[in-house]
Amino acid sequence: MKYVDEFRDPALARKLLARISSCSTRPMRLMEFCGGHTHAILRHGLRTLLPPTVELRSGPGCPVCVTANPDLDRAIALTQVPGLILTTFGDMVRVPGSSQSLQHAKAAGADVRMVYSTLDALRVARENPARPVVFLGVGFETTAPTIAAAILQAAAERLGNFSVLSLHKLTPPATRAILDAGEIALDGIIGPGHVTAIIGADAWQFLPTEYGMPVAVAGFEPLDILRAVADLVDMVQDSQPAVSNSYARSVTRQGNRAAMETMDRVFEVSAANWRGLGVVPASGLRLRPEFVQFDAAHLFEVDPGPTREHKGCRCGDVLRGTITPPACPLFGQACTPARPIGPCMVSAEGACAAYYQFGRDLP
Amino acid sequence: MSGDVILLAHGSGGTLSHDLVEKVFLRHFDNPALLQLDDSAVLEISNLQPPSSNLRLAFTTDSYVVSPLFFPGGDIGKLAVCGTVNDLSMSGARPLWLSAGFIVEEGLPLADLERIVASMATTARQAGVQIVAGDTKVVDRGSADKLFINTAGVGLVPPGVSIAGDLAQPGDLILLNGTIGDHGMTILTQREGLQFDSPLESDCVPLYGLVGSLLAALPPGSIHCLRDPTRGGLATTLNELAIRSMAGIEIDESVVPVRDAVRGACELLGLDPLYVANEGKLVAIVEPEAAEAALAALHNHEYGRQAVIIGQVTKAHPGRVVLRTLLGARRIVDMLMGEQLPRIC
Repeated sequence: MKYVDEFRDPALARKLLARISSCSTRPMRLMEFCGGHTHAILRHGLRTLLPPTVELRSGPGCPVCVTANPDLDRAIALTQVPGLILTTFGDMVRVPGSSQSLQHAKAAGADVRMVYSTLDALRVARENPARPVVFLGVGFETTAPTIAAAILQAAAERLGNFSVLSLHKLTPPATRAILDAGEIALDGIIGPGHVTAIIGADAWQFLPTEYGMPVAVAGFEPLDILRAVADLVDMVQDSQPAVSNSYARSVTRQGNRAAMETMDRVFEVSAANWRGLGVVPASGLRLRPEFVQFDAAHLFEVDPGPTREHKGCRCGDVLRGTITPPACPLFGQACTPARPIGPCMVSAEGACAAYYQFGRDLP
Repeated sequence: MSGDVILLAHGSGGTLSHDLVEKVFLRHFDNPALLQLDDSAVLEISNLQPPSSNLRLAFTTDSYVVSPLFFPGGDIGKLAVCGTVNDLSMSGARPLWLSAGFIVEEGLPLADLERIVASMATTARQAGVQIVAGDTKVVDRGSADKLFINTAGVGLVPPGVSIAGDLAQPGDLILLNGTIGDHGMTILTQREGLQFDSPLESDCVPLYGLVGSLLAALPPGSIHCLRDPTRGGLATTLNELAIRSMAGIEIDESVVPVRDAVRGACELLGLDPLYVANEGKLVAIVEPEAAEAALAALHNHEYGRQAVIIGQVTKAHPGRVVLRTLLGARRIVDMLMGEQLPRIC
């Protein structure tokens, strides 16, 4: 199949692996920021093919996972507003908050609807003009522009019953927070492909410049990832940190200007609460004052109740990269995809789910 | 018949019900046992071939709620016959008789029902089974989605045949009769209104012919397990077999056949073909000595032309399925978690 087979070619993969093996003479730890990469890496078994000198560690790049409990509780509390319809992407429904998940609220009678795009959420709003329809906006720079576009559309249509609870987050500040915390020694970062298609590869230039940290932006096929690892190995070995782009078929240096402009029109940068990282300044997106009538955070006053965290759950550590999922005592025992305790076991991009599904006790 | 849609009165037991039975069901499902029109079908078993004092029957039931009712490669009626025929076949049984229960939503066009019944009759003939008992209920609009069908089936297990999910032995080879994911992706893309250059088509077919030629070609007892990987796909079926047999299973990603259109649709929607439903596929686990003959027998049948050996049963990692990826790495293949696609069968 065109555009897929080329990037899964076993012969080319063997060549790249041989190059990685021969070039990496000292141990190095690379972080794949993006949960999509974690899944691709485990699904294709790349961890087992890399030489022992190259360690891959998952990062915070799962939007569902990094949503902090107070924010999640707030979304769940919103569903108790009389008549309110909460629309969201699928994974969010199953993530346990302090005391329950949206799925539980739905079973108890709340109107929670899974949608595949914000356009579906707008449709729900049009079809239910007498009811408030809130879209739970979770995601990084990849999804934020589409939600901004939906808000602009709602404004153009004067759709008065549509609003967004914006929990959007920005990826460069999170990367900075992990490096500033200094809890984990990293030698290089596999940059998120889809995010970088929007923000542009130049947005990662601060990593080599300020931190001496090489970055390789990667796509999601095995050869994309191996090529990024090979680039990182070269940069680490030569002590020549830079931003390399192994995903040039989607990513440019400047990114997608139209998407960024749409995002900027509707959102402004604010602090955001990240699971695992806590409140990180200038790492989130809230609606600009001129769009306040579409801001669910402003429109509805709800009491989310006290925040509680599961004592044993180490999703926060997994998201900061300080442990791998199997190091969590709950992993595969009390916490499985069928009965998840933490969000990293729920989401299709969650690191725990990937390790469980593809990598547990591999004989 | 009065009107061209199903009315509540068609299920009342009165004149309209009789009309429906006569003009739709009996016309298409024409066989002596059904035509007795008694409260139950009485079936002659003394003249079954081969005669055996150790007569074993296989008996199964399944309900079909697929939406849409008609899809490329089949319809709910064909599916309802194939599904039950295939379940019987996977015990090595020769399917003989089916019952068919229809739950119809008021307002279903009569022409649709007739088309579905005709399709069931054609498929039953092809599969060598008779539909000997039936029932129809009509429910208020909104109480069902157009049409649900239940079929139950009885088949005869030939002497010496012992096929079950817990009989896989380390060293056995695993065969698959063709491409995976065709049915599930056909239904999904129909429902989502997605179109591809090479159109998708359900693989829905009755598999007894294929099973019969396998049984005929191999020494008795050399087929250990047969399964049709329907809901949950190949991955889930292999996991069930590994768990039931307490053996490991190892398969090779590069040899599992997937049509390009199915791969494309799966890539687009973020699905894994290993988990997508099939309705005309079987997994056969056979003794290694019999594998070549089994493969040849499959290749000789129209529903097995693309048959391949996809892997083997191992002593290592009992209860687990391991996949050798295209790049030569190994990873776990888990059971399907939750629901990948709703109402595909």
